[in-house]
Amino acid sequence: MDSVRSERPGAGQRIPMALKILIAGGFGVGKTTLVGAVSEIRPLQTEEVLSSAGEDTDDVSGVEAKTTTTVAMDFGRITINEDLQVYLFGTPGQDRFWFLWDELAFGALGAVVLADTRRLADCFPSVDYFETRRTPFVVGVNCFDGKQLHSPASVRNALDLDPDVPVVLCDARDRQSGKDLLIALVEHVAKRRVVAA
Amino acid sequence: MAADTPGHDWLDMDAGPVVRPYTVTGGRVRPATGFDLVAFVVAAPLDRVDAAQLQPEHRAIIEVAQRPVAVAELSARVDLALGVVRVLLGDLLGAGLVVSYEPQPAAALPNYDILQAVVNGLRAL
Ligand SMILES: Nc1nc2c(ncn2[C@@H]2O[C@H](COP(=O)(O)OP(=O)(O)OP(=O)(O)O)[C@@H](O)[C@H]2O)c(=O)[nH]1
Ligand SMILES: [Mg+2]
Repeated sequence: MDSVRSERPGAGQRIPMALKILIAGGFGVGKTTLVGAVSEIRPLQTEEVLSSAGEDTDDVSGVEAKTTTTVAMDFGRITINEDLQVYLFGTPGQDRFWFLWDELAFGALGAVVLADTRRLADCFPSVDYFETRRTPFVVGVNCFDGKQLHSPASVRNALDLDPDVPVVLCDARDRQSGKDLLIALVEHVAKRRVVAA
Repeated sequence: MAADTPGHDWLDMDAGPVVRPYTVTGGRVRPATGFDLVAFVVAAPLDRVDAAQLQPEHRAIIEVAQRPVAVAELSARVDLALGVVRVLLGDLLGAGLVVSYEPQPAAALPNYDILQAVVNGLRAL
């Protein structure tokens, strides 16, 4: 970098440490709802825009005709203190946006994988992804029907999770429940640190 | 389609090159290096900026970044796609009008005290 000038933008401003947590899971499982429930700001969306792979890709005049796909990533923030902020990112649901997952997961503290017991298989790709990358995660079982159809133990079994991965029943609409999920994740990360040390 | 067309780095196997939303960048799609989602950017004070020289999108970024703001949040607040914001931030960085603070490597693996502070902070919310 070039030498520090006295009028350097941002000089004297405090830059917090930003921790990144991902909220993943299948289509419609409650990712956006969870980000909104725990974020201190109205959930925002940052997006990336991709042109669709139209038949006319090679048609130089086709630019206007191409439709674009917007990949929205939900995004929320929790300020812990002046020097520490947690950023939450809801992952895009579709598999073809894995390249965005890589960006989201880079440097992430960990992830919450939401699971809907009525269609548990929908969260397999998320579980696989974080296991492969060795990103710490917890599983939040989102009880849509208000009653618990499956015990955390049966979900753990069905997902073939490592015994140390926390499985927590939750309601993504409920702020306290969302906070509990995040606390479970951070404690899980802390425990892994102690074990690794 | 040629896979190695210059300037078409931001590709998805299924989706092809990014086109229309990038008109504000003059078609430039290469993301500037850096500018992580949670990098903080801070702009020069507004009164030091010759706004007439800038595109409205550059100006919008400078206005939002008067206080440190994460790149993802900046993108949401100026309502421009992430890749677009990164290109524009690259311009502003080159002009010395913003500074970027990439996330500390420790953020991916914070020490125990920091994790404890997060747990306590979440409990206190
Ligand atoms: N009963 C119940 N409904 C929920 C719960 N969580 C989310 N919902 C509802 O389920 C619907 C989908 O929730 P979203 O938060 O949009 O899900 P999503 O994972 O962001 O969906 P995509 O981004 O489309 O993949 C919404 O109508 C929510 O209100 C829950 O815990 N219980
Ligand atoms: Mg959503």
